[in-house]
Amino acid sequence: MANAARNLEIAQPKQYQASQSTWDKIAESKEFQDLMATKKMFIVPAFIFFVVYYFALPVLVGYAPAFMSIKIGFVNLAYLFALSQFFVAWIIAGLYVRAANNFDRLAKDILDKAEDAKGGK
Amino acid sequence: MNIPLTMFLVFIAITLGITYWASKRSAGASAYFAASRQIKGWQNGIAVAGDYMSAASFLGIAGIIAFQGYDGFLFSVGWLVAYLTVLLVIAEPLRNAGKYTMADVLAYRLKPRPVRGMASLSTLTVSTFYMIAQMVGAGTLVKLLLGGMVTYNQAVIGVGLLMIVYVVFGGMLATTWVQIIKAILLMSGTFLLSILVMAHFHFSFSQFFAAIGQVTYHDAKGAVVVKDFLTPGLRYKPPYGPLDLISLGLALIFGTAGLPHILVRFYTVPDAKTARHSVVWAMVLIGSFYIMTTFLGFGAATIVGPDFIKGHGGTNMSAPLLAQALAGNIFFAFISAIAFATILAVVAGLTISATTSFSHDFWTNVIHKGVERKPGEEVMVARISAFVVGAVAIGLAIVLQTANVAFLVALAFAVAASANLPVIVLSIFWRRFNTAGAVTGLAVGLLASIGLILISPSLMGIDPPTVVGAARHIFQAKAIFPLENPGILSIPLGFMGAIIGTLVSSEPSSQEKFNELLVRSNTGLGAEKATAH
Repeated sequence: MANAARNLEIAQPKQYQASQSTWDKIAESKEFQDLMATKKMFIVPAFIFFVVYYFALPVLVGYAPAFMSIKIGFVNLAYLFALSQFFVAWIIAGLYVRAANNFDRLAKDILDKAEDAKGGK
Repeated sequence: MNIPLTMFLVFIAITLGITYWASKRSAGASAYFAASRQIKGWQNGIAVAGDYMSAASFLGIAGIIAFQGYDGFLFSVGWLVAYLTVLLVIAEPLRNAGKYTMADVLAYRLKPRPVRGMASLSTLTVSTFYMIAQMVGAGTLVKLLLGGMVTYNQAVIGVGLLMIVYVVFGGMLATTWVQIIKAILLMSGTFLLSILVMAHFHFSFSQFFAAIGQVTYHDAKGAVVVKDFLTPGLRYKPPYGPLDLISLGLALIFGTAGLPHILVRFYTVPDAKTARHSVVWAMVLIGSFYIMTTFLGFGAATIVGPDFIKGHGGTNMSAPLLAQALAGNIFFAFISAIAFATILAVVAGLTISATTSFSHDFWTNVIHKGVERKPGEEVMVARISAFVVGAVAIGLAIVLQTANVAFLVALAFAVAASANLPVIVLSIFWRRFNTAGAVTGLAVGLLASIGLILISPSLMGIDPPTVVGAARHIFQAKAIFPLENPGILSIPLGFMGAIIGTLVSSEPSSQEKFNELLVRSNTGLGAEKATAH
């Protein structure tokens, strides 16, 4: 373990260092719990949605090729569904960036508090 | 004077100028490995796109669509959607908690030496496989594109030397700008080509798709075939095709977020918010590019035709031949130069991620227990290893000249998805996770991917004696594992290895330090700052 401790010091010389109890205190603080809950509330459903939506494509194309070959206008369902994946991915990315501004605000409070506590010592 | 050669030389001159400029700004480890963390969000986004869109995706995808239609377009979809995993799960925690490599994040709470050793091995494996595929492609292509003015070996040596020069002298800064220029060239070339394809069909989508509905070519027996190329199933046929398609999807969705040369790019920006914005920039470019593969691939199928492409260099030449058919030799030269730039930017990115991992993870942290014996040693070791990596890549590319190496890209994605991603995710999200779990996870993921590929149809198959050279299977026996992409089995195996390894061992210190990693990775507290030049 001495090696590990030394490693951290040398690998991250200028980094913020704090005692184990400080990290625990931050991790258990209400602000941090709020941040994690807020993040989870967006990221978990977004991740599940995109994985399900994406894998619907190979599953449908692979196992229902006749259905996916139905013509719609001058293209077919398979092509339209594939094309829709691009726009869905962009929309999810856009929504994430919006939600993440909120994460940043919550994180900043935690950062300020931690830096203050450090400065006060 | 040969036009393609002139364009190649112009590109080489510009990039060498950039390397010279960057070499004066690459003193110090943070400058050399992470471009001083001063790359702007949009710049890094373009560079990620330039790092990611390889010859396989530019020339390869156009070729697959030109020959197998719609199924090829499915690669395009996966290559973009994969960035949601990078955006939602990986980029920000990695930037917040790491320094130069993915192993930095693992080493926080786990025992640094075994974890870094294994992570470095996995990184070098992914980078080497990927690089061999790129280099063999480069040799063949540059030879074709320059119309026989250089031999295969000369082309491989030239590409190898250039990538060594970029990385040794210009470090991450030069690599970044080579990738940015390449991405801009690739996007403009693809856009122009798409416009020309539509102009050919009088800007009528109904005419374009009507042509795609009846692509005419000769099959292997010489009979004339007319096929609707928009119909699924031309490549992935039953009984195993659908499963292979899902397996490919898994490797793309979970592998991209484990590719070392993509991950290191997030250390070049000032903070996690910028890393996030750079992923979005990358997604805009990468998505637009892959939508345009519709025009490249189907354009080549309808305007040039599979028969002509087969007789003039094969699938990989689809995009350049399309350019030639639409706008003559100068445009052919321009697209060829873009292909050349594409290869160089990607191999430079692979080289710098491999050398960073070797010198930072293996040399400094595993062998010398985290101590730099004299200032600048880490950078010096990286520069020396760039020479070695380059020499090995050149050598292997020459030896494997006639081998079928296309499966190496699939293998690189499979290893990244099965070995790297599980341990990164578990280390960030699972308190109980420990060193034994990380080492077994990396080892199982690595071995499962390699093992399954070895017994897959990519390497095993019985060919008639008429099949020779690169098309011939390495092992002349029936494939034991029926899928080309091992992801569907190797990814769960990688996760299981990591979970079981964790559960059978106990490491209280890793659980104690979980809170520190959790806070650091989610808030950016104490994250590495940008440094002055």
